[in-house]
Amino acid sequence: MQNNSVTNILLSGVGGQGAILASNILAHVFVEAGYDVKKSEVHGMAQRGGDVTTHFRYGKKVYSPLIKYGEADFLLAFELLEALRYINYCKKSAKIVINEQKILPPAVNLGQAKYPEGIPETFKKFFKENVHVVKGQEIAFSLGNAQAANVVLVGAFSNFFPEIKKDMWMRALTDLLPKKIHELNIKAFSEGKKAL
Amino acid sequence: MKKVLQGNEAIARGAWEAGVTVAAAYPGTPSSEILAEMSQYKEIQAQWSPNEKVAVEVASGAAIAGARAMACMKHVGLNVASDPFMTLAYTGIKGGFVIVVADDPNVHSSQNEQDSRNWARFAKVPMLEPGDAAECKEFTKIAFDISEKFDTPVLLKGETRVSHSDSTVKLGERKKTAVPLGLDPKQSPKYVMVPANVRVRRKIIEERMRRLEAYADEFPYNKMEINDPAIGVITAGAAYMYTKEVFPNYSYLKLGMVWPLPKKLIADFYKKVKKVIIVEELDPFLETEIKALGYKVFHGKDLIPNMYELSPEIVAKALLGKKYKEPEIRVKPEDLPRRPPNMCPGCSHRALFYSLKKLGAFVFGDIGCYTLASAPPLQALHSCVCMGASIGQAYGAGKALGKEGLGQICAVIGDSTFLHGGITPLMDTVYNKGYSTSIILDNRTTGMTGLQEHAGTGYTLEGEPTNMVDYEQLVRALGVKHVQKVDPYDVKATMETIKEEMNRPEASVIITQNGPCMLHRREKRKFAYPFYGINMDNCRGCKVCLELGCPAISWVEKEGTTKDGKKRKGTVSINRLQCPGCGLCAQVCKFESIVPGKVGA
Repeated sequence: MQNNSVTNILLSGVGGQGAILASNILAHVFVEAGYDVKKSEVHGMAQRGGDVTTHFRYGKKVYSPLIKYGEADFLLAFELLEALRYINYCKKSAKIVINEQKILPPAVNLGQAKYPEGIPETFKKFFKENVHVVKGQEIAFSLGNAQAANVVLVGAFSNFFPEIKKDMWMRALTDLLPKKIHELNIKAFSEGKKAL
Repeated sequence: MKKVLQGNEAIARGAWEAGVTVAAAYPGTPSSEILAEMSQYKEIQAQWSPNEKVAVEVASGAAIAGARAMACMKHVGLNVASDPFMTLAYTGIKGGFVIVVADDPNVHSSQNEQDSRNWARFAKVPMLEPGDAAECKEFTKIAFDISEKFDTPVLLKGETRVSHSDSTVKLGERKKTAVPLGLDPKQSPKYVMVPANVRVRRKIIEERMRRLEAYADEFPYNKMEINDPAIGVITAGAAYMYTKEVFPNYSYLKLGMVWPLPKKLIADFYKKVKKVIIVEELDPFLETEIKALGYKVFHGKDLIPNMYELSPEIVAKALLGKKYKEPEIRVKPEDLPRRPPNMCPGCSHRALFYSLKKLGAFVFGDIGCYTLASAPPLQALHSCVCMGASIGQAYGAGKALGKEGLGQICAVIGDSTFLHGGITPLMDTVYNKGYSTSIILDNRTTGMTGLQEHAGTGYTLEGEPTNMVDYEQLVRALGVKHVQKVDPYDVKATMETIKEEMNRPEASVIITQNGPCMLHRREKRKFAYPFYGINMDNCRGCKVCLELGCPAISWVEKEGTTKDGKKRKGTVSINRLQCPGCGLCAQVCKFESIVPGKVGA
């Protein structure tokens, strides 16, 4: 990550998993760290349980809101199949964090299609030690709310950015979330950070 | 102060900084967030209008009274509002008046793909096109200045990748317009569009266009960047961002104002670069105009696609041709199960459409979450054109089929959509003695665009209690004699009611009751049980419940037998975290194998 280059983070998941909040947290910290930030997502119908992606880019000066196909430096996936769907977006050297959760798409629910097996293994074949699987939902559930899985994942992901100080992440959480869930999400972030 | 804002938030911020006091809109992806954001500013009176035409009328009335005013909509919204819009180009305004129109290239959530730049040329009004949130804010502010300076409505073009992209924005202060508030009856020749006045205004439009063309050459956001003079790119908005990303060394003429075009600046650019490429999303709008000015275009729509959205790789591939290096394909995405959007677990639309499917009706559909009922496994919605079309089309089909069509035709329309465009076709059905059954799917909100209030919810955008439209009284006043209310979750009773009305040779209306959107915060339906589960002794694996397409129900393939020895290929399973306990699946199960669950069980 040189100073003049742009870093590309692709976030993928299923509508309702909180991927947008996760990308808002990233935006908050990278702006505070002095970077130019752009992110793009599709709203509307995609919210109704469809697949959702956020293209997140930061650097000295960012033009395109979209990551060029095959140029993602990081993939942060909130669901296994939605990780696999974007495997080709990743650079050879990409670092990958996947939430170990399956949400069955309609065709699988109906028994008309099979949910792909061995997704982490497929990733490891191409990206070796750069693949990290996190039990986000399990960790969030143990803290009392499975909904906080997105913040667990952000906590795990934060390990890749040592230049971002802990208090910057904390400020993002407290600025973006309602007060009554601060404590839960701060715990979720810390547990996520330890999980990787 | 710097902040990351979404394009739509930045437009709202720009409007606030520009001193806007009145704003009106009908929600539509990707424009919906603008108004919600504007309602946060206490100086702005922001309101949801029943449709885009009304929004433009309200905002333009405010502008004629001297206020800075804004109307916001998606691309198809301007089709609805085109009638006042086209003539407001003649009357002009007084306080600044800006219409935001947000396109949806690649049709992420729309019924068609349109290039709204054509409206600017058609109506002879200026259009600005920002490329990111920072430009959204600045262009909104300058749009109001242009509007007042040239006495014209100004179009501000959004699009999915600008309206729904976030980037860093520098915040500024609010400034009031110098235009005084007030109405002047002496100005009426300017505002009364009768033929004698129209002919006068017609000439003024042409003079105004000439002055705007001269201004375009001075417009500070029509920017030239001369790098390598071998290739010069003329582009605008998001297309500039993609092209600059992949070809940083080319020279650029980036247009912030896409209509009218800066003729001198274009001439100057042609002198400075050897070859000109035009990169624009959708129609060859700039290309056609620049070619008409007599310039040679080295590449344009011969390489750049004229449909769907652009992206860095699409621009790179188009311009590099064989030199473009495809990234490594590790998994073929087309081999993976798709994940289309679906109605939420427990949604009242699912129950209603299951009934319609069982009745075998041809269902004329409309715009809303319920359009998702066209997808498998329900496949119970058979047309979708525009807001309000379901009722008019169902009536027209009945006209064509006569008695043969009785019992087969039905129209469905959401509550917000009915108020948007469904009232007049229903009046037509009664007036012209047609028959058809219109079902108003009242989920108490504008669901698909993110739960906005409307005239039927009893609350304003700002959350104040207000009048609530009574659908039954309204349709009775139109002349509909047969109005029934159904609980959509009661499949048997709902089917009986719909069947009865569909066979009636008159107009009838069915209104769904107690089926609020599952995402609604204020209104919730209380279900009898918290969730349902499967009685494995009984489940025969018949898959009838799977026909509902509920995301909480899934198929588990595993051969076995029921308790009474019936062979089965598998069973279903209900995800209790997703199941809200609506009980629809229990109603359709023939073997009593879907049973209420208990907390703690």
